[in-house]
Amino acid sequence: MSYLYAAYIIVWVVLIGYIVILTRGFKKVQEEVRELEK
Amino acid sequence: MKTTFTIFALFTLAMLSWGLYAALVGAPTEATMGPVQRIFYYHVPCAWVMLLCFPANFLVSIAYLMKRNALLDALAVSTAEVGIVFCTIVLLTGPIWGKPVWGIWWTWDARLTSTLVLWLIYVSYLILRKFSIGGPNPVLAASLAIFGCLDAVFVFGAIRWFRTQHPQPVFGSGPNSGIDPRMLHAFFINMAAFTCFGILLVWLRFVLERTRQRVEEAHAMKALGAAR
Repeated sequence: MSYLYAAYIIVWVVLIGYIVILTRGFKKVQEEVRELEK
Repeated sequence: MKTTFTIFALFTLAMLSWGLYAALVGAPTEATMGPVQRIFYYHVPCAWVMLLCFPANFLVSIAYLMKRNALLDALAVSTAEVGIVFCTIVLLTGPIWGKPVWGIWWTWDARLTSTLVLWLIYVSYLILRKFSIGGPNPVLAASLAIFGCLDAVFVFGAIRWFRTQHPQPVFGSGPNSGIDPRMLHAFFINMAAFTCFGILLVWLRFVLERTRQRVEEAHAMKALGAAR
Protein backbone atom coordinates (compact mmCIF):
# COMPACT_ATOMS: atom_id res chain seq x y z
CA MET A 1 0.00 0.00 0.00
CA SER A 2 2.91 2.36 0.80
CA TYR A 3 4.21 1.93 -2.77
CA LEU A 4 0.81 3.00 -4.12
CA TYR A 5 0.65 6.12 -1.96
CA ALA A 6 4.29 6.95 -2.72
CA ALA A 7 3.57 6.80 -6.47
CA TYR A 8 0.45 8.98 -6.23
CA ILE A 9 2.19 11.51 -3.97
CA ILE A 10 5.17 11.70 -6.34
CA VAL A 11 2.88 12.34 -9.33
CA TRP A 12 1.24 15.29 -7.56
CA VAL A 13 4.52 16.64 -6.15
CA VAL A 14 5.99 16.75 -9.68
CA LEU A 15 2.86 18.30 -11.24
CA ILE A 16 2.31 20.88 -8.49
CA GLY A 17 6.05 21.65 -8.54
CA TYR A 18 5.82 22.36 -12.26
CA ILE A 19 2.79 24.63 -11.75
CA VAL A 20 4.78 26.54 -9.08
CA ILE A 21 7.68 26.95 -11.56
CA LEU A 22 5.23 28.28 -14.19
CA THR A 23 3.65 30.68 -11.67
CA ARG A 24 7.10 32.05 -10.76
CA GLY A 25 7.84 32.45 -14.47
CA PHE A 26 4.64 34.47 -14.92
CA LYS A 27 5.49 36.70 -11.94
CA LYS A 28 8.98 37.35 -13.29
CA VAL A 29 7.69 38.21 -16.78
CA GLN A 30 5.00 40.49 -15.35
CA GLU A 31 7.69 42.37 -13.36
CA GLU A 32 9.70 42.82 -16.56
CA VAL A 33 6.60 44.12 -18.37
CA ARG A 34 6.04 46.65 -15.55
CA GLU A 35 9.68 47.78 -15.75
CA LEU A 36 9.40 48.22 -19.51
CA GLU A 37 6.29 50.34 -19.11
CA LYS A 38 8.07 52.73 -16.69
CA MET B 1 -9.68 33.79 -23.47
CA LYS B 2 -9.30 33.94 -19.68
CA THR B 3 -12.88 32.68 -19.22
CA THR B 4 -12.28 29.74 -21.58
CA PHE B 5 -9.10 28.90 -19.69
CA THR B 6 -10.84 29.08 -16.29
CA ILE B 7 -13.72 26.87 -17.47
CA PHE B 8 -11.28 24.35 -18.95
CA ALA B 9 -9.15 24.39 -15.78
CA LEU B 10 -12.22 23.74 -13.59
CA PHE B 11 -13.35 20.95 -15.93
CA THR B 12 -9.86 19.38 -15.75
CA LEU B 13 -9.85 19.64 -11.96
CA ALA B 14 -13.24 17.89 -11.80
CA MET B 15 -12.00 15.16 -14.16
CA LEU B 16 -8.81 14.64 -12.12
CA SER B 17 -10.83 14.37 -8.90
CA TRP B 18 -13.18 11.86 -10.51
CA GLY B 19 -10.18 9.98 -11.87
CA LEU B 20 -8.53 9.83 -8.44
CA TYR B 21 -11.74 8.52 -6.87
CA ALA B 22 -12.21 5.93 -9.65
CA ALA B 23 -8.59 4.78 -9.33
CA LEU B 24 -8.46 4.48 -5.53
CA VAL B 25 -12.07 3.56 -4.68
CA GLY B 26 -14.10 2.70 -7.80
CA ALA B 27 -11.78 0.14 -9.39
CA PRO B 28 -11.50 -3.31 -7.76
CA THR B 29 -8.21 -4.52 -6.34
CA GLU B 30 -6.29 -6.65 -8.83
CA ALA B 31 -5.99 -10.29 -7.70
CA THR B 32 -2.28 -10.92 -8.39
CA MET B 33 -0.57 -7.61 -7.71
CA GLY B 34 -2.92 -6.16 -5.10
CA PRO B 35 -3.29 -2.41 -4.46
CA VAL B 36 0.01 -1.58 -6.16
CA GLN B 37 -1.66 -2.26 -9.54
CA ARG B 38 -3.57 1.01 -9.04
CA ILE B 39 -0.35 2.84 -9.98
CA PHE B 40 -1.30 1.78 -13.53
CA TYR B 41 -4.17 4.36 -13.53
CA TYR B 42 -1.65 7.18 -13.22
CA HIS B 43 1.43 5.66 -14.87
CA VAL B 44 -0.20 4.82 -18.23
CA PRO B 45 -2.12 8.12 -18.69
CA CYS B 46 1.10 10.04 -17.93
CA ALA B 47 2.95 7.93 -20.51
CA TRP B 48 0.12 8.66 -22.96
CA VAL B 49 0.42 12.44 -22.43
CA MET B 50 4.20 12.16 -22.82
CA LEU B 51 3.73 10.29 -26.12
CA LEU B 52 1.32 13.02 -27.28
CA CYS B 53 3.65 15.88 -26.35
CA PHE B 54 6.80 14.61 -28.07
CA PRO B 55 5.25 13.89 -31.51
CA ALA B 56 3.46 17.27 -31.23
CA ASN B 57 6.87 18.80 -30.53
CA PHE B 58 8.25 16.96 -33.59
CA LEU B 59 5.53 18.33 -35.90
CA VAL B 60 5.83 21.87 -34.54
CA SER B 61 9.66 21.70 -34.81
CA ILE B 62 9.42 20.69 -38.48
CA ALA B 63 6.93 23.51 -39.08
CA TYR B 64 9.32 25.91 -37.29
CA LEU B 65 12.29 24.82 -39.44
CA MET B 66 10.17 25.51 -42.54
CA LYS B 67 8.55 28.80 -41.48
CA ARG B 68 10.83 30.21 -38.70
CA ASN B 69 7.81 31.53 -36.84
CA ALA B 70 8.29 32.54 -33.16
CA LEU B 71 4.80 31.28 -32.34
CA LEU B 72 5.75 27.78 -33.48
CA ASP B 73 8.96 28.00 -31.44
CA ALA B 74 6.91 28.87 -28.34
CA LEU B 75 4.64 25.89 -28.97
CA ALA B 76 7.69 23.63 -29.47
CA VAL B 77 9.28 24.55 -26.14
CA SER B 78 5.89 24.19 -24.39
CA THR B 79 5.24 20.67 -25.68
CA ALA B 80 8.83 19.59 -24.94
CA GLU B 81 8.75 20.88 -21.37
CA VAL B 82 5.37 19.37 -20.52
CA GLY B 83 6.51 16.13 -22.19
CA ILE B 84 9.54 16.04 -19.88
CA VAL B 85 7.35 16.60 -16.81
CA PHE B 86 5.19 13.59 -17.73
CA CYS B 87 8.23 11.53 -18.75
CA THR B 88 9.73 12.23 -15.30
CA ILE B 89 6.54 10.96 -13.68
CA VAL B 90 6.63 7.82 -15.85
CA LEU B 91 10.27 7.17 -14.89
CA LEU B 92 9.48 7.63 -11.19
CA THR B 93 6.19 5.71 -10.93
CA GLY B 94 7.42 2.78 -13.06
CA PRO B 95 10.14 1.68 -10.60
CA ILE B 96 7.77 2.21 -7.64
CA TRP B 97 5.45 -0.33 -9.31
CA GLY B 98 8.39 -2.53 -10.40
CA LYS B 99 9.92 -3.00 -6.94
CA PRO B 100 6.99 -4.87 -5.30
CA VAL B 101 5.96 -6.68 -8.52
CA TRP B 102 9.33 -7.61 -10.10
CA GLY B 103 11.47 -7.37 -6.96
CA ILE B 104 13.75 -4.82 -8.63
CA TRP B 105 13.57 -1.05 -9.11
CA TRP B 106 15.03 -0.98 -12.60
CA THR B 107 16.14 -3.21 -15.46
CA TRP B 108 17.86 -2.22 -18.69
CA ASP B 109 15.19 -3.57 -21.03
CA ALA B 110 14.24 -1.90 -24.33
CA ARG B 111 11.19 0.02 -23.01
CA LEU B 112 12.78 1.37 -19.83
CA THR B 113 16.12 2.22 -21.43
CA SER B 114 14.56 3.98 -24.43
CA THR B 115 12.31 6.00 -22.09
CA LEU B 116 15.35 7.11 -20.08
CA VAL B 117 17.14 8.02 -23.33
CA LEU B 118 14.04 9.97 -24.42
CA TRP B 119 14.08 11.91 -21.15
CA LEU B 120 17.81 12.65 -21.58
CA ILE B 121 17.30 13.84 -25.19
CA TYR B 122 14.57 16.28 -24.21
CA VAL B 123 16.44 17.49 -21.12
CA SER B 124 19.37 18.22 -23.50
CA TYR B 125 16.88 20.04 -25.72
CA LEU B 126 15.83 22.33 -22.86
CA ILE B 127 19.42 22.84 -21.68
CA LEU B 128 20.41 23.77 -25.24
CA ARG B 129 17.60 26.30 -25.38
CA LYS B 130 18.30 27.76 -21.95
CA PHE B 131 22.07 28.14 -22.07
CA SER B 132 22.79 29.04 -25.67
CA ILE B 133 21.94 32.65 -26.40
CA GLY B 134 20.62 34.00 -29.71
CA GLY B 135 21.71 32.91 -33.18
CA PRO B 136 20.67 29.48 -34.42
CA ASN B 137 19.56 28.28 -30.95
CA PRO B 138 15.89 27.45 -31.81
CA VAL B 139 17.01 25.87 -35.10
CA LEU B 140 19.47 23.55 -33.32
CA ALA B 141 16.84 22.72 -30.69
CA ALA B 142 14.25 21.92 -33.39
CA SER B 143 16.76 19.61 -35.11
CA LEU B 144 17.44 17.81 -31.81
CA ALA B 145 13.67 17.45 -31.24
CA ILE B 146 13.35 15.57 -34.52
CA PHE B 147 15.84 12.93 -33.27
CA GLY B 148 14.01 12.87 -29.93
CA CYS B 149 10.77 11.94 -31.63
CA LEU B 150 12.43 8.97 -33.35
CA ASP B 151 13.15 7.64 -29.88
CA ALA B 152 9.53 8.31 -28.85
CA VAL B 153 8.43 5.98 -31.67
CA PHE B 154 10.91 3.39 -30.34
CA VAL B 155 9.53 3.78 -26.80
CA PHE B 156 6.01 3.14 -28.11
CA GLY B 157 7.01 0.10 -30.17
CA ALA B 158 9.61 -1.42 -27.79
CA ILE B 159 7.17 -3.72 -25.96
CA ARG B 160 5.73 -4.90 -29.29
CA TRP B 161 9.06 -5.48 -31.08
CA PHE B 162 11.17 -6.95 -28.26
CA ARG B 163 10.78 -9.34 -25.34
CA THR B 164 10.84 -6.97 -22.39
CA GLN B 165 10.49 -7.10 -18.63
CA HIS B 166 7.95 -4.30 -19.03
CA PRO B 167 4.39 -5.71 -19.40
CA GLN B 168 2.95 -6.18 -22.89
CA PRO B 169 -0.01 -4.00 -23.99
CA VAL B 170 -3.12 -4.77 -21.94
CA PHE B 171 -5.59 -3.78 -24.64
CA GLY B 172 -5.93 -5.34 -28.07
CA SER B 173 -3.09 -7.81 -27.64
CA GLY B 174 -5.12 -10.97 -28.19
CA PRO B 175 -7.80 -13.08 -26.46
CA ASN B 176 -8.15 -12.86 -22.64
CA SER B 177 -6.16 -9.64 -22.58
CA GLY B 178 -9.11 -7.51 -21.46
CA ILE B 179 -9.63 -6.06 -18.00
CA ASP B 180 -12.58 -5.65 -15.59
CA PRO B 181 -15.08 -2.98 -16.81
CA ARG B 182 -14.66 -1.00 -13.54
CA MET B 183 -10.89 -0.98 -14.08
CA LEU B 184 -11.47 0.08 -17.67
CA HIS B 185 -13.72 2.89 -16.41
CA ALA B 186 -11.05 4.17 -13.99
CA PHE B 187 -8.42 3.87 -16.69
CA PHE B 188 -10.31 5.86 -19.34
CA ILE B 189 -11.38 8.61 -16.91
CA ASN B 190 -7.75 9.10 -15.95
CA MET B 191 -6.67 8.99 -19.60
CA ALA B 192 -9.16 11.80 -20.38
CA ALA B 193 -8.30 13.74 -17.20
CA PHE B 194 -4.54 13.64 -17.78
CA THR B 195 -4.97 14.50 -21.47
CA CYS B 196 -6.93 17.62 -20.41
CA PHE B 197 -4.27 18.40 -17.78
CA GLY B 198 -1.51 18.03 -20.36
CA ILE B 199 -3.32 20.41 -22.73
CA LEU B 200 -3.83 22.86 -19.86
CA LEU B 201 -0.12 22.82 -18.95
CA VAL B 202 0.94 23.26 -22.60
CA TRP B 203 -1.50 26.17 -22.86
CA LEU B 204 -0.08 27.84 -19.72
CA ARG B 205 3.51 27.30 -20.82
CA PHE B 206 2.72 28.62 -24.31
CA VAL B 207 1.20 31.84 -22.91
CA LEU B 208 4.29 32.27 -20.70
CA GLU B 209 6.68 31.74 -23.62
CA ARG B 210 4.78 34.16 -25.88
CA THR B 211 4.86 36.81 -23.14
CA ARG B 212 8.62 36.22 -22.72
CA GLN B 213 9.13 36.57 -26.47
CA ARG B 214 7.21 39.87 -26.49
CA VAL B 215 9.26 41.18 -23.54
CA GLU B 216 12.50 40.23 -25.32
CA GLU B 217 11.29 42.00 -28.48
CA ALA B 218 10.39 45.08 -26.45
CA HIS B 219 13.86 45.04 -24.79
CA ALA B 220 15.52 44.76 -28.21
CA MET B 221 13.43 47.65 -29.61
CA LYS B 222 14.25 49.76 -26.56
CA ALA B 223 17.98 49.04 -26.94
CA LEU B 224 17.77 49.86 -30.64
CA GLY B 225 15.99 53.15 -29.87
CA ALA B 226 18.66 54.06 -27.29
CA ALA B 227 21.47 53.27 -29.77
CA ARG B 228 19.95 55.68 -32.32
